Amino acid sequence: MRLFKKSVNLDIALTHLLSKKKQTFVAMMGVTFGISMFITMISFMTGVNEFMMELTLDGSPHVKIYHPIENKTVAMDSFAGSAEMTVLHHPKPKNELPKLKDGHIILEEISSLPEVSGALSQVSSQVFYNNGPVKFPGMVVGTDILKENELYNLTEKMIEGNITDLLTYQDGILMGLGLSKKLGASVGDRVSLTTPEGQTFFFRVMGIFAFGMGAIDDSRSYASISTVQKLLQVDPSYITDIHIKMKDYNEAKSLGVRLEQSYGYKAEDWETANEAVLVGEIIRNTMTYVVSITMLIVAGFGIYNIMNMNIINKMRDIAILKATGFEGSDVSKIFLYQSMIIGCLGGILGLLLGFIFSSGINQVPFPQNDFINIDTFPVNFKPFHYTLGIVFGVVTTLFAGWFPSRKAAKVDPVEIIRG
Amino acid sequence: MSTLALKADHISKSFYDPVTFEVLRDVSFEIEKSKFYSIIGKSGCGKSTLLYVLSTMDTDYKGTLELNGNVVTGQSQNELARFRNEHLGFVFQFHFLLPEFSVLKNIMLPALKLGKYSKSEIEDRAYEKLKLVDMTEHALKPASKLSGGQQQRVAIARSLINDPSIIMGDEPTGNLDQNNSRIIVDIFMKLAHESGQTIITVTHDLDIAAQSDNVIEMMDGKIISMT
Repeated sequence: MRLFKKSVNLDIALTHLLSKKKQTFVAMMGVTFGISMFITMISFMTGVNEFMMELTLDGSPHVKIYHPIENKTVAMDSFAGSAEMTVLHHPKPKNELPKLKDGHIILEEISSLPEVSGALSQVSSQVFYNNGPVKFPGMVVGTDILKENELYNLTEKMIEGNITDLLTYQDGILMGLGLSKKLGASVGDRVSLTTPEGQTFFFRVMGIFAFGMGAIDDSRSYASISTVQKLLQVDPSYITDIHIKMKDYNEAKSLGVRLEQSYGYKAEDWETANEAVLVGEIIRNTMTYVVSITMLIVAGFGIYNIMNMNIINKMRDIAILKATGFEGSDVSKIFLYQSMIIGCLGGILGLLLGFIFSSGINQVPFPQNDFINIDTFPVNFKPFHYTLGIVFGVVTTLFAGWFPSRKAAKVDPVEIIRG
Repeated sequence: MSTLALKADHISKSFYDPVTFEVLRDVSFEIEKSKFYSIIGKSGCGKSTLLYVLSTMDTDYKGTLELNGNVVTGQSQNELARFRNEHLGFVFQFHFLLPEFSVLKNIMLPALKLGKYSKSEIEDRAYEKLKLVDMTEHALKPASKLSGGQQQRVAIARSLINDPSIIMGDEPTGNLDQNNSRIIVDIFMKLAHESGQTIITVTHDLDIAAQSDNVIEMMDGKIISMT
């Protein structure tokens, strides 16, 4: 019986909608436009965000263990216990190498942790790259190139040359694209490096890579671990960094804290290292949501206005329905159904249109660029966004219809009928 | 079984805007079943106001109102709506059909709301009522395409769909020509005397009053005669 009564209200609601097709269509388009823009913006923005995130995570370790050089001075020790007051001015640190002691053992232990997907050790040092009389500061990283490839997918980033060339040629290096441009060097050329200690060595460029991040591409080159150890004149147990990739990168922070406690070295997780990227993402996300939700609310106001007008136009009808026995709640349902139908249909259409728009953006070719390995603009297609869009759209129209329908329910039939 | 269709007991009503004005002053009367009543009186005497109080739509009054032996005074708006749906039929001066719906649908709506019969039964009954007012051939037309007299006849058919015991009219012929008025009065007479329904109608038309079984005359918010 209850269902039957509902269907009468729905029947009236549908007749009202169909008798004013143009007005219904306009109201629906408001919702459709709002939701399609919401979907498009969110899909595009999160696509960009995720791409940026991948880019960042791709080229950097989830956790990096290194030995920070602190300004520890020995001078204070010599005055310890003295009764006199000592003023120490501009103390100098003692000579300390950024070495990870027992690095190989640490690496083995970390590699066996269940949450770690891979780890490698590196010897890295600041160097000057010489191009004639001009010196460019940069980094040289001595590493197990095959392991490096496992962690950072180096093969994919190679523009020229092959990573395995590094294994066959002792004095070979792989160079970042930006750096190679600064040096004017291409594959096969010899470049000279000067260490902080002042030694100069010659290397042959075996390959050129691009991560898509200036910080890496403009300064870094890879060589084999023994070559760099030789360059720095240190023993084969000397390593400076351990890079860790996690199975789940969200656990990096907690692992970092644990490693710091157990080994006493600095363990920096990617979130801390890339704070700026994360902040950027939060800001972009917030903006996307604010703009999208504003659009939906504007669409909601559109519906509110149309429903309000509708109810003013339908005063006589409301009065007669009430006189013939329709309750206030029936009348408000009639109008609520109308806005719900507008909301649902407009919403579904909006999802469809949003999908089409974002597919369109996904087809637009990305301006060709050596650094970034991408063909078209990145767009996300996540069911979650579509669910959010339709839920929010329906909720907005529900609210927009709710207030006018309450007004309709309160219409006094006597006032209308008596004129 | 009581033969009373309606009992009004000391009903008073005032309007407060812009100044307090007592429209109905302690009105008490009884209406019998199966009769055609006319309420007459000069403009502003309170006859329409009285009708809307009797219709249960206006609840802002003092006194007690009994319809078919039920005290309706003090019931909630929803209860009153259900009561109207089942027991009362209305015909207004300006027909008030829903313009988007067909004639047939207009008549069916109150019955669909009541939900006592299936949809096909309701349709059959709607055709029956249309036949009573001689409008069968217009059943599927949109309500807005009919003439005034035709619309009023449809409104009567609609008021009858749930077989109400009381039918109320607020100047149901006030907007119609002589011919159409006569048709409508005839229908009312038939309903009262053949179907046993009670008709209460407010009218200016003394011809109608002359034809009805009883006449209630009002002046300054009081009943001055009841014959």
